[in-house]
Amino acid sequence: MSAMTRKGPHPALRWSLLALFGIFFLTPLLSMADFSTRNLIQGGRTGQAWKNLFQDDALYSAILISLGLALFTVVLMLLVLVPTMIWVRLRTPWAKGMMEFLCLLPLTIPALVIVVGLKGVYDWVTYFLSYVGLGESALALTFVYVVLVLPYSYRALDSAMSAIDLKTLSEAARSLGASWTTTIMRVVVPNIWSGILSASFIAIAVVLGEYTIASLMGYTTLQVQIVAIGKADGTTSVAASLAVLLLGFVLLMVLSLFGGRGRRTGATEDPVAPAPSVPASLSPRPQPGGNNHP
Amino acid sequence: MTTTTQPGTRAGLAVELTDLTRVYGSNRALDGLTLHLEPGELVCLLGPSGCGKTTALRILAGLDEATSGTVEVGGKDLTHTPANKRDMGMVFQAYSLFPHMTVLDNVAFGLKLRGVDKAQRSTKAGDMLDLVGLGVHKQKFASQLSGGQQQRVALARALAIEPSVLLLDEPLSALDAKVRVQLRDEIRRVQLDVGTTTLFVTHDQEEALAVADRVAVMNAGNIEQIGTPEELYTQPSSAFVANFVGLTNRVPGELRGGAVLVHGATLPLLGAAQPDGQVTALIRPENIEFAPDGLAATVVASSFLGNVRRTQVRLADDSVLSVQHDVSEHPQTGDGVFLRFKSHAISASPTPAIPSS
Repeated sequence: MSAMTRKGPHPALRWSLLALFGIFFLTPLLSMADFSTRNLIQGGRTGQAWKNLFQDDALYSAILISLGLALFTVVLMLLVLVPTMIWVRLRTPWAKGMMEFLCLLPLTIPALVIVVGLKGVYDWVTYFLSYVGLGESALALTFVYVVLVLPYSYRALDSAMSAIDLKTLSEAARSLGASWTTTIMRVVVPNIWSGILSASFIAIAVVLGEYTIASLMGYTTLQVQIVAIGKADGTTSVAASLAVLLLGFVLLMVLSLFGGRGRRTGATEDPVAPAPSVPASLSPRPQPGGNNHP
Repeated sequence: MTTTTQPGTRAGLAVELTDLTRVYGSNRALDGLTLHLEPGELVCLLGPSGCGKTTALRILAGLDEATSGTVEVGGKDLTHTPANKRDMGMVFQAYSLFPHMTVLDNVAFGLKLRGVDKAQRSTKAGDMLDLVGLGVHKQKFASQLSGGQQQRVALARALAIEPSVLLLDEPLSALDAKVRVQLRDEIRRVQLDVGTTTLFVTHDQEEALAVADRVAVMNAGNIEQIGTPEELYTQPSSAFVANFVGLTNRVPGELRGGAVLVHGATLPLLGAAQPDGQVTALIRPENIEFAPDGLAATVVASSFLGNVRRTQVRLADDSVLSVQHDVSEHPQTGDGVFLRFKSHAISASPTPAIPSS
């Protein structure tokens, strides 16, 4: 059938590939679920490991810290990156190469080097943060994490911005009387929304998966705590790991549902769009490197 | 065609661009441009790409800043006013509708920013859409409209804020030929209707001659000539203008005492006096006709253009001329004909100035 040849591989092949990858990804998760519900001493099943996630104060506060870190990192990353990228595209396009280089730089620097390099700076960060009562808080890691997520977030935002005619849209908004803030919030952001979601999700994934820097700098984030527990209590540590993975998965689902609904709902009503439209920008999501997962 | 400004229902504002210069590095995009627009007038900036016409428009819009010179609208100095405070409506060459808003929201956007309440701005935006004939597409998105429809919405959006000046930056160049003609007539109709002073930038001379009260032909960052379409066509002040506006034959000739000698005919010279010598005469195809005797030529090709016919003929010196004539004459390829130059004043430029193309 023509429809089949046009759409690529045979359905059977597609389904078997899907099943294969499904097994590949689900097996470790199911194994973790299985292990974390075992009663290692008496045999049988127990939910104790999962209860520990909330009953173990140290673990619970580590979870809160990591969620807080993810939130602050996303907010700060967006505040820094979105206006800067818009500005560079509109006003100083010659600086784009330099900016891209700077944003991708963290990828090439090993975590250890970052820690050693930032140690001196961080004495000052903690010194200033102590004035607002956050001197010893692990939330201070936000600043390192913003740097760490730059390469991934930059890519996601960049492809979303490339998909729209940023210059014409913002000039149109300006000529209609919009200030720069209004132009960014009401015109640019809604049109790069998918890129903002991808950038945020990637940032969350990186933050929830980061171990090396937090551990080396002596902050107790979720990952550091999971490793610590893992030394004494295997099932709880695995339960916590699985919880993080599921949380990431749920976040992804929520964000993509929310993102799909927020953008140009009407455009999908009419499948035959007569005009050359701005390409719907479901930007390719670069995968964060896995070397800093616990 | 109008030669004077037609007053609209609402008075437009006068625009004064004085001695505008814009330098990009070593390139002078604008070189002391001065232009005055009467209230309600539609002026076209016409010129080849890179002549500075878009730069002039962007400086008036506040999207680019002049290196020197001033911008005044309605007697107010706007030279350093940011774009969002200038109150100008603009239609861009590229499709510029906000993709995440409906057509109605697009048109109402400027009103929303001006604090107009929802009911009022919906009504006004709806009226503007009716004006451009898209009242039924209010709830659609830009991606569901054709290019011509998108530009009409952009026009409605620019006019909804009742701008002091309407700026059109090659709004038709992305459209196909038929839509282009329809829409340019529509732009002119709407512009006369609302009476907004309008600056229209285009590289298409036909478009400029068709819609403008006055056309300013630009070359190398300055205005070469400004006048009504008729003036530009019949009395081009320079060879550049004659060449750019309308079709022109380039014929070698000799200038002697204010008249040009071309293939045995003597034609009066247009514009400023020039020193005697070898020149390239610029003769419109409609100013050459077939005659029982005169300049001998051979027909190369002939094309039917509806109301007229245009025939290419080759002279004895191997140069090719274009002759426009009545459709009742049917020259066939290879026919021997005789030509005569009508005694219209012509432009001429010293000989190697215009390389033949």
